[in-house]
Amino acid sequence: MSSIVTVKNMCLWYGEHQALKDVNINIPEKSITAFIGPSGCGKSTFLKSLNRMNDLIPSVKITGDVKYNGKNIFESSVDVNELRREIGMVFQKPNPFPMSIYDNVAYGPRTHGVKSKAKLDDIVEQSLKDAAIWEEVKDRLKKNALGLSGGQQQRLCIARALAVKPAVLLMDEPTSALDPISTSKIEELTIKLKENYTIIMVTHNMQQAVRISDQTAFFLLGELVEYGNTETLFSTPKDKRTEDYITGRFG
Amino acid sequence: MQDSKISKARKAYISIMKVLMWLSVAVTCSLVTFLIIYVFIKGIPNISWELLSEKPSYLSEKIGILPDILNTVYIVIATLLIVLPIGVGAAIYLTEYAQNKKLVNTIEYAAETLSGIPSIIYGLVGMLFFCQFLNMKTSLLAGALTLVIMNLPTIMRTTQESLKTVPQSYREGAFGLGAGKWRVIRTVVFPGCVDGVITGCILSVGRILGESAALLFTAGFAHALNGIIEGLSSSGSTLTVALYVYAKEQGEFGVAFAIAAILMILTLIINLSAAMVERYFKKRRTI
Repeated sequence: MSSIVTVKNMCLWYGEHQALKDVNINIPEKSITAFIGPSGCGKSTFLKSLNRMNDLIPSVKITGDVKYNGKNIFESSVDVNELRREIGMVFQKPNPFPMSIYDNVAYGPRTHGVKSKAKLDDIVEQSLKDAAIWEEVKDRLKKNALGLSGGQQQRLCIARALAVKPAVLLMDEPTSALDPISTSKIEELTIKLKENYTIIMVTHNMQQAVRISDQTAFFLLGELVEYGNTETLFSTPKDKRTEDYITGRFG
Repeated sequence: MQDSKISKARKAYISIMKVLMWLSVAVTCSLVTFLIIYVFIKGIPNISWELLSEKPSYLSEKIGILPDILNTVYIVIATLLIVLPIGVGAAIYLTEYAQNKKLVNTIEYAAETLSGIPSIIYGLVGMLFFCQFLNMKTSLLAGALTLVIMNLPTIMRTTQESLKTVPQSYREGAFGLGAGKWRVIRTVVFPGCVDGVITGCILSVGRILGESAALLFTAGFAHALNGIIEGLSSSGSTLTVALYVYAKEQGEFGVAFAIAAILMILTLIINLSAAMVERYFKKRRTI
């Protein structure tokens, strides 16, 4: 499998504080990569760098190379809005906009210039089907999205992200605010989505990483300690710190 | 029993404090009620269709406040039309774009100070700057511009406050879909702060209705019946200014009280609609 995201010697500072130290990683396409590690280890920060969401924080400074499809994403010629269209994001807390379900999903396509009603209808239906929520909402597309349950809201957010036809989906602990049933629905969905999308997911839940991911990366204090096949990493970790963490000795 | 442990002195203290509190409540309530009833008793008998629908004439010795009502409407419209884009624009810039925290704080502090200045000072400055320096003469437009300066801080603050209540997660969600900054503001942030803008508008309308000092200097006292265009470029009194003129210069206390009653009814309507708008938007946000 070829790598869709390659990162070389990346460091990141919040003002004076260095949050990421010399991260190197290659992420293969059409697979699920999980980032694990204790709180504050930099895994979310790293995830948000991949579609330049950290640009929104003025004090952030980044050095090194982050390449998406072979192109450095920090180059001045890169259109950051186009980058974020191709590398979509699902957040920790479901964050649908306070508008109708239909308008939520149509927001992205409209942003990128789709105007035809028929085309929007198609995109909305297809995205909601892909996010496994169509059956639950097809009769109330015009209702406010905030009326959905937490789990439904999160699947709606996934549908919203899929509607702009991204290649990569970044998921920042997408199930941490959800109940077990909603969580398993989203996990099933993610496994289905990797046929067509590259999924990079931060998770606090190691069982979740084992259940769904193909590769796992373990972060600690801003360093990428170990990265490899999920089964290998969990059964025969190479680094002592990884072993301590996955056997529950700290974290 | 617990009660018996409380000493007599303490019991007396408690009952005295209670009486004092009731007394303050009674004084406050009766003052307000007295004021309202007094104005209505004195004013309402003087309200007639003729008063509301005619202009005053010295020849036929008629008094009518239609021009003053229209002038009030004109000045409210003109002020809001000018103050809204500026105030809302400034608020959006300060909360969404400005990077320099020091500058933002300075502007916010200045706006706060501005809203505490006695209105007669605005009137004086408005007269010197708009009427004389910019040669607008005493006109409703000069008055409206003076009111713009007075109400700018209100609109700015209420908009800013409600911009701050729009959750950061909405912005992140929109940016994450590849929306540009302006699109995020227009489609996600601004709709969330419309209630703040409306609250600001209603507060400003209330303030415009009640303003006399600033307008005495700038908008003048004329009672001519004009359309909005000529109205803005000529001198004219609003209801509140007319009240002052009728009471102070012409001794027409009946008319003054009639205007006072009308103003009080208007204020009541404005406050009620403010409460209704707020409730409507709260409901819509939490579905």
